[in-house]
Amino acid sequence: MEPMPRALKTLNWLTAALFVAALYMVFLYAPREAVMGDVQRVFYFHVSAGWVGAVAFLVTAISGAVFLARRDPRWDRLAVASVELGMVFAFINIVSGSIWARPVWNTWWTWDPRLVTATIMELIYLAYLMLRQGIEDPDRRARFGSVYGIVAFISVPITFLSIRFFRTIHPVVIGSGDPTAEGTFDMTPRMLQAFLFSLLTFTFIYATLLWHRVRLARLTEHVEERRMQLTSA
Amino acid sequence: MPEALATPGRVGARGERPVAGYLRAIAAIVRKDLAAELRSRELLGAMLVFSLLLILIFNFALELDARTRRTVTAGVLWSTFAFAGTLGLNRSMALEVDRGCLDGLLLAPVDRSALFFGKALGNLVFMLLVAAVILPAYSALYSVNLFLPGLMGVVLLGSIGYVVVGTLLSSMAVQARTRDILLPLLLFPVVLPVVIAAVKATGGLLQAAPPEEIRGWISLLVAYDVIFTAVAFMTFDYIVEE
Repeated sequence: MEPMPRALKTLNWLTAALFVAALYMVFLYAPREAVMGDVQRVFYFHVSAGWVGAVAFLVTAISGAVFLARRDPRWDRLAVASVELGMVFAFINIVSGSIWARPVWNTWWTWDPRLVTATIMELIYLAYLMLRQGIEDPDRRARFGSVYGIVAFISVPITFLSIRFFRTIHPVVIGSGDPTAEGTFDMTPRMLQAFLFSLLTFTFIYATLLWHRVRLARLTEHVEERRMQLTSA
Repeated sequence: MPEALATPGRVGARGERPVAGYLRAIAAIVRKDLAAELRSRELLGAMLVFSLLLILIFNFALELDARTRRTVTAGVLWSTFAFAGTLGLNRSMALEVDRGCLDGLLLAPVDRSALFFGKALGNLVFMLLVAAVILPAYSALYSVNLFLPGLMGVVLLGSIGYVVVGTLLSSMAVQARTRDILLPLLLFPVVLPVVIAAVKATGGLLQAAPPEEIRGWISLLVAYDVIFTAVAFMTFDYIVEE
């Protein structure tokens, strides 16, 4: 059993500290939004989780491409670890959005382009995991996973484009959004600071968990190898 | 298989121009698929009967009276094509794997992507044949005229996108343990843009919407077809190697 690297231990503590600070920023530092009230505070973690989800799936697509080029199993471990984390964060994104939508849109769910895209994204990567589950040969599993990871990542933006033509009520806070969207608001400087800090914190949480997950996958493989050696001896 | 055999660019075994050899390889695979189907008649027959059953189910599930038909015909048609399509895709690839044909094809001195385009073209022919029966049948059953030139174009573009992604994913799905249930799970979320765009374009054409409204959906279909043909071309090698 190899010990946990010192850098990872430091990262654990750093991420924990950042998260506590982010909680402070979101609940105490950022002002209360005038129209929506305290429920608007969902926004900070809602967008951060969505951002991390997208980054995670991008990491999967890139490490899939690198795996196909180099055939180093480390890239495949990274790809699958990132999918698992991306699904968790994308799910946090959907659930927190739903909690925000209940008071603001007066419904838990609506068939809005962003909501549909988020759902499709979860379903695609669920299929990714099922594909991997159905293949025993590790090399083939890695190759198929890489190809599907790339196909999936290209398909999601096209899905978003294809439903964007429908009317949207989802607000676009960053950049210029439709002013008629329900639940949009202007960020004060303190809100912006809390938001950017949440983004940073969530990115750190992702990086820390990714490291742990990749390390766990490597350890699992070591255990498998040892077991094979013992049973064949 | 030795790695040297797996390198692409081995077309033109008899010293002919590479492009001609490549096209000949594609044509040979399409001919093989059509000849096999002509003798067994199991794939097309199953797809057709399944499609008609789906329309029957939609008829009762949606109560396709004259008023509803105007708005849901496009959706019924494309759901039927999408479901019948997975049936064909699964079968077409499973045949290659089960009888060891795929190994034989991989030994042939042609570029791997030629195999992909051959299989995809064969699947496209089956899709279009199903459409060629379903469209007149639907027209006759519900007295709607589906024979608009624009609609033929949408069917062609939609089928190309569906078949390109479907062939790529089915060649993965048939090599998995859970293959019978895996293909629709892999395919439907990825192919959703095609279904949306095709339904919208078909609906627009049937309701005689102004061309500007339809053009966006057609462009989306073309873009999807081009992007995923390129992706499949680049990644198919990695699926069939070993």
